[in-house]
Amino acid sequence: MMAHLNDLLVCLFMLAGAIFCLIASLGVFRMPDLYTRMQAAAKSSTLGVVCIILSVAIHFGDAGVTTRAMLVIVFLFLTAPVAAHMVARAGYISNVPLWHRSVADELRGQYDAATHELASGRPSAEDPRG
Amino acid sequence: MTLYGYPVVAVVSLLAMNLLVVAIFFAVVRLLRGPSLSDRVVALDLVGVLAVGMISVHAVFTGQPMLLRVAILLALVAFVGTVAFAFFLEKRGRE
Repeated sequence: MMAHLNDLLVCLFMLAGAIFCLIASLGVFRMPDLYTRMQAAAKSSTLGVVCIILSVAIHFGDAGVTTRAMLVIVFLFLTAPVAAHMVARAGYISNVPLWHRSVADELRGQYDAATHELASGRPSAEDPRG
Repeated sequence: MTLYGYPVVAVVSLLAMNLLVVAIFFAVVRLLRGPSLSDRVVALDLVGVLAVGMISVHAVFTGQPMLLRVAILLALVAFVGTVAFAFFLEKRGRE
């Protein structure tokens, strides 16, 4: 009975993970501009791969394998947002256009053209916090 | 538990592998078509992450837990590659 439950959990997590990965890939394929594509790639693919690796940990049920699986999961959760943010920032700085039906671009004019520093990071006269 | 005479985990991991192949296909199409270099970097990062998933599915299919170390290494290399590309894009700056 326990073995059946294990198999059931493995199948469930693996299929869910693969479907999330497929959704991420479809998002990258179909979304209209870089920024929307990137959020599909960053969030959905992380969840998908984490589900798949959880299924690996359940399948082997071994302390060493589970530790390594947790290592991969923590690593993915730490690096995926960093990578996505860096690519988005680089894309915005190198003038990748937004979708033509985007309604707002609150970042416009906020980046210093020479130093690539955000305006909110610089002290300004009207900001009481200095 | 068996399905059509095969272990159900093997059947499901083959199915998941097929889904991941389709996912990598769409990511590669975006990698080849992507209008800007940033789109290609995003697609390449996605291919790397999907390859980690594929290796994990293969580890379950073959019963080789050793493959998980390959997955760790690939995740590391994919992250470093993405960060390096992002640095390069930012240094290139406004054209």
